[in-house]
Amino acid sequence: MEIGAVLGAAAILGGIGIVFAVLIAVAHRTFWVWEDPRLDEVAAMLPGSNCGACGEPGCRAFAEALVEGRLQPAACTSMGEAEVEAVADYLGVEAGEANHQVARLLCAGGSHVAAQQAEYRGLPTCAAAAVVAKGGKGCPWGCFGLDDCEVACTFDAIVMSRVGLPVVIPELCTACGDCVEACPQGLFTLMPSDHSLLVQCRNLVHGDEAEEMCTVACNGCARCVQDAAPELIRMEHGLAVIDYSRIDLAEPSATERCPTGAIIWLEGMQFPAESRLTGSLT
Amino acid sequence: MAGPVVRGPVGRLLERWGLNGGGFAHGVHPPPHKELTAHLPTRRLPFPDEVVLPIRQHAGKPARPIVERGDRVERGDLVAESQGFVSSPIHASAAGTVADVDFWPHPDGSWEQAIRIRVDRFSTQLPRPRLVPRWETLDPSELVDAIRRAGVVGLGGAAFPTHVKLSPPPEYPIDTVLVNGSECEPYLTTDHRTMVEFPERVHLGLRVMMRALGVERGVIGVELNKPDAIEALRRSAPTDLDVSVVGLTVKYPQGAEKMLIRSLLGREVPGGSLPMHVGTLVQNVSSVATIAEVFETGLPLVERIVTVTGRGVRSPANLIVPVGTKLRDLLEHCGGLTPDAREIVFGGPMMGGSVAHLDAPLLKGTTGVVVLTEADVRVPESYPCIRCGRCLDACPLFLNPQLLANLARSGRWDEMEDAHLADCMLCGCCAYVCPSNIPLAQLFRLSKDAVRRKRTVAA
Repeated sequence: MEIGAVLGAAAILGGIGIVFAVLIAVAHRTFWVWEDPRLDEVAAMLPGSNCGACGEPGCRAFAEALVEGRLQPAACTSMGEAEVEAVADYLGVEAGEANHQVARLLCAGGSHVAAQQAEYRGLPTCAAAAVVAKGGKGCPWGCFGLDDCEVACTFDAIVMSRVGLPVVIPELCTACGDCVEACPQGLFTLMPSDHSLLVQCRNLVHGDEAEEMCTVACNGCARCVQDAAPELIRMEHGLAVIDYSRIDLAEPSATERCPTGAIIWLEGMQFPAESRLTGSLT
Repeated sequence: MAGPVVRGPVGRLLERWGLNGGGFAHGVHPPPHKELTAHLPTRRLPFPDEVVLPIRQHAGKPARPIVERGDRVERGDLVAESQGFVSSPIHASAAGTVADVDFWPHPDGSWEQAIRIRVDRFSTQLPRPRLVPRWETLDPSELVDAIRRAGVVGLGGAAFPTHVKLSPPPEYPIDTVLVNGSECEPYLTTDHRTMVEFPERVHLGLRVMMRALGVERGVIGVELNKPDAIEALRRSAPTDLDVSVVGLTVKYPQGAEKMLIRSLLGREVPGGSLPMHVGTLVQNVSSVATIAEVFETGLPLVERIVTVTGRGVRSPANLIVPVGTKLRDLLEHCGGLTPDAREIVFGGPMMGGSVAHLDAPLLKGTTGVVVLTEADVRVPESYPCIRCGRCLDACPLFLNPQLLANLARSGRWDEMEDAHLADCMLCGCCAYVCPSNIPLAQLFRLSKDAVRRKRTVAA
């Protein structure tokens, strides 16, 4: 074999390589975009869970919003106070007002208080139970207790209790809304953690009929409406509905005469923390 | 497209591919269990003390109640009017007083707005004279309107409003009306008894439909395990119309729209298309008989034939019941439940839905009440997929249930849509043959819901 052929091939390939290298170098210069160097730094300080609770599509987008000054560091609900402070210091901005939201369940009908109409033997998920005669639960608006929300929660903030109710741990909840989407009954709602007045029921039937389904159901007696500030609570289809735009007027006295305990004054966790896990340990 | 039928093992082999006497490929052969009620003539259920008419008992928009508590209604009076085109009005199925318009258990497990009528025990239950006009004098559009006003919906289960089916867009001309008398669901004998006892009604209903659509040809398909029905229909067939009665292979899901069109006309309905796209229309035989019935009696759809069957009920029966009869009253009339009764299903065991509340009423679309015993409903343990491919051989739509199930388990809805999830009709053949007892049909049902939810969120 002639050495010329080998050298020729090497020269052609090398030549092509050089041409492309020049092209890439030119493109790199021409299309170069300046990026704030703080962006990478800030992104590295964020939790990286991409939960979306801040309203941005992921942590990188949130970092951009921070650098641009559109949002304040406290808008991230999954960082602790120290981390928020660190980001604020780095950017030299205010940490902002922490508007901590939590997921609340609009049902308190665990297996200890809610009637079961029939036994459900299908796939053990809430979504499946919802299409098979509502899992046989007496109250068709209630929680099935089959842990779709616990599975959906990225932050382990939801633990199923022994009576089959999801217990939301406020300190861990970032209000990302995954449980709201996961619940086929639409029972989760996100609200500021300092909103204390809550109706833990979605049952739309009245009186004894409601109480037969569940002893903690709202039976539509409207005592809370009388006891609360005007227009704070109203009755809709036999269910007390709170107008959260007037929540500043709320007093614990509104809950005192509730015969079933459907409306509660809430501080911290919604249900007792005894979980399945601790139950099996003790 | 029916041809000669070969019996024996060769016949079974041919039938798998839809080559034996015409038919469709794949499908399954669940035990029919029809012997419990197939021979029993229909009887009329005495009027119960109360009937409950949920406003949502048809596909489409729920009806809107137009009566209030305390109103007196006669049998056949309009109590809820239809809202929009794909909707259907609801009529009082018994004379009496409106007890309430409020939430009541619905067969699907939820509580729905329902009109409760306390039946007047001293009423003769005679309707007002002729609420539905005579059909002979009506032109096609008036016929469709009369059917709409009579609240006629598909009685085969889905309760799709009949007038919508009878108003196909002009760009899709219909050449043949098919009547589905296959009743391939196990246990049910509603359609069977209708064909045996009221064959003239089937033919009259078909005549009305053909007139409404301006169609010259009608075909009635009946599974070969109902020779008495075929005989009755052939004997009473009209001589002035091109109507034929064709025997069909006994195989589930023979009564599914696309399968029936394949079996009777040899036409393939492409994925995502409707029967009208191939120039035909399928109507369940009970619905066809009901069309005739409303024109004959002048009374809107207020009663239907229901099969009460299964080994969990003491005396199975085929009953003519007022729409809105509570399950409790119906079962009481049939001697009650046996001690080992465990599950009550509205519709057949393959595609029906379990009912959790005995106060749930029968709807227009309730074909039967099947009471299953402990032995019937034992849930076998589910094992991982062994990729045997039996589900592929069972799926009458040639989907890949094994692939779909894997995608469903990991929530990959987009890929499921690419794998033609939308074509799945939830017949349950895949789950029926699965040796690992994987609840495939249930997974697909959930996936369909998830896809729909995703679409509404996106919109």
